[in-house]
Amino acid sequence: MKALWRTGLTALLASTVFVHGSMAEKLMTLGSGEGQVNIVAWPGYIERGETDPAFDWVSKFEEKTGCKVQVKTANTSDEMVALMNEGGFDLVTASGDASLRLIAGKRVQEVNTDLVPSWNTVDDRLKDAPWHTVDGKHYGVPYMWGPNVLMYNTEVFKEAPTSWNVVFEEMELPDGKSNVGRVQAYDGPIHVADAANYLMKHQPDLGITSPYELNADQYKAALDLLREQRKLVSRYWHDAFIQMDDFTNEGVVASGSWPFQVNILQSKGAPVASTIPEEGATGWADTTMMHVDAENPNCAYMWMEHTLSSNLMSDLSVWFGANPGVPAACTDGRGMQTAAGCTKNGMDDFEKIKFWTTPVSKCASQDNACVPYYRWVSDYIGVIGGR
Amino acid sequence: MAESPAITAPRDGVLGTVSDVLYRRPTLLLLLLLTPPLLWLGIIYLGSLFALLAQSFFSIDEFSGVIQYRLTLKTYGELLAPANLDIIVRTTLMAGSVTVAAAIVAFPIAYYAARYARGKWKALFYLGVMLPLWSSYLVKVYAWKLILAKEGILNWVFENLHLTWLLDAYLSIPVIGGNSLSVSYSGTFLVFLYVWLPFMVLPMQAALERVPVSYLEASADLGASPLQTFSKVLFPLAMPGVIAGSIFTFSLTLGDYIIPQIVGSSRLFIGQAVYSHQGTAGNIPLAAAFAVVPVIIMGFYLWMAKRQGAFDAL
Repeated sequence: MKALWRTGLTALLASTVFVHGSMAEKLMTLGSGEGQVNIVAWPGYIERGETDPAFDWVSKFEEKTGCKVQVKTANTSDEMVALMNEGGFDLVTASGDASLRLIAGKRVQEVNTDLVPSWNTVDDRLKDAPWHTVDGKHYGVPYMWGPNVLMYNTEVFKEAPTSWNVVFEEMELPDGKSNVGRVQAYDGPIHVADAANYLMKHQPDLGITSPYELNADQYKAALDLLREQRKLVSRYWHDAFIQMDDFTNEGVVASGSWPFQVNILQSKGAPVASTIPEEGATGWADTTMMHVDAENPNCAYMWMEHTLSSNLMSDLSVWFGANPGVPAACTDGRGMQTAAGCTKNGMDDFEKIKFWTTPVSKCASQDNACVPYYRWVSDYIGVIGGR
Repeated sequence: MAESPAITAPRDGVLGTVSDVLYRRPTLLLLLLLTPPLLWLGIIYLGSLFALLAQSFFSIDEFSGVIQYRLTLKTYGELLAPANLDIIVRTTLMAGSVTVAAAIVAFPIAYYAARYARGKWKALFYLGVMLPLWSSYLVKVYAWKLILAKEGILNWVFENLHLTWLLDAYLSIPVIGGNSLSVSYSGTFLVFLYVWLPFMVLPMQAALERVPVSYLEASADLGASPLQTFSKVLFPLAMPGVIAGSIFTFSLTLGDYIIPQIVGSSRLFIGQAVYSHQGTAGNIPLAAAFAVVPVIIMGFYLWMAKRQGAFDAL
């Protein structure tokens, strides 16, 4: 009886994990809209003017196509993957870590770029990006991307810091005081990649080729660097608004950050600026992907075209402090964004950015012996706890 | 005088019949009344708890990071890793000190309210204790972050009183100190104390109100000093209230994951560990095992409280 109960329970739990994949061929022709499209998106990614009337990139699409846009927001990549596994959605704005999981799990379908007329306006640097292109097949349309910049206080740093060492090593800052307690780091295990990125430049003999693919020795070196950093950091930042508060009220003068915080702080007149130091930086890139069993494929394709050709990316770029997947959105005045604004968001620094991917044990650069992400999580907790 | 029959005729209507049936069969009535709450307790409450418990007996594969659905105690073994043990000890110590401090702070307040406050003062007391509960928990925590910040109100007060040296001396104490109050354990402790204090004051006040004044007078008449009266009469009689309040403050601190994230040194508490393991990491077994820890600690706590006779008076 006990054994029966055990197998039953195991089977029940296991069954929730398996997904019943069906391989749909990519769409060849477009029909008329189905009247709606269901999108899983990051909060703040799809605005219809309800938060701020000036930021609306949905109403016009609905008027033009008759496709009612329904948004389900997700706060983590895991939630996105879970929602897509569950089904009932047409599109998802997946980040680099979720996108490959979705492709591997056969949850998204190949996109026929011929049916997206503005595909050729997509940034050439993103067209074949490895986080949505597998075996030459495109599984999505690039959406937005952004760097993790080094934000600094301009009253302390008269000139922009040239290296990430201000947040990794104990040193005297230009104002003559130590950096202990005055720098911050991101409160997420992915920050290990920032440490690895720093070591890539400063300890080349470790042989790191990608900050997301670390073997045991490289990983240990990165953790050692983070343990040194723990002595400098009073509080790790987790929430963008808490970090902004720490820069204004807590005496923090340098930290890895997003253009989002830099833009908001600058708009409030705070003495901050951002830079991408000589080591380069990590970053994120999102892709609009289509569910394998999308019920509204025509509206979905229309939405994908809309993301590339309308005011969406331009205004979203202002709203979120991110860069559009279509470079022209910065300059042609289709929305509020300007070339200067895009430069501020890091548009020109694409080459310096190592885009976020989930570390897995099977990695090409280190003979399939990399430290997987869940170890990053438990070890980073240890580092923050002082271990 | 008209005679009324001993057995009245059945009442008319569906409601009447239902009422009659229920009156004649009390067990049926009891069953009807108890089934919904029992279903709620059994399926939604205990069911989710057992699903969680079951998860904690699985493990994650070291190499691929895939969850293996085989029963094992490996995940519980991982809890004993130094970094994880730190989290458990840290959270328990914090919960313990918050509880003790809350009892000390709440006692005079509750005693005054139970013994001396009358009329509008009593109303004012209830309002004062309850008012913080009416505003959002998050608003209160963010407000505290601003109060405790390095460039915040408290530092400004210390500076104007020329007492910055005192604060600096306090913050230089290892473990409880830090770069500023808002990034130290002391800050986390203060915010916990503030947020959970009403849960200690109210049960304590209820217990103190039940202590007859005559007992205290008798104690004094028999020659006991005020201190003796307190330790031999008042405190033991108020104990059920203290225990009830401490169960609230202890368990609430044990499970909280928002306060230590906003105010504190970023070192994780149990709630935060659960949150981060079940998130992107996908290490649900370890998250589940972590979630079982407060259940065990609380079970132990209640058992100790029972052994101390805390529930005898209930």
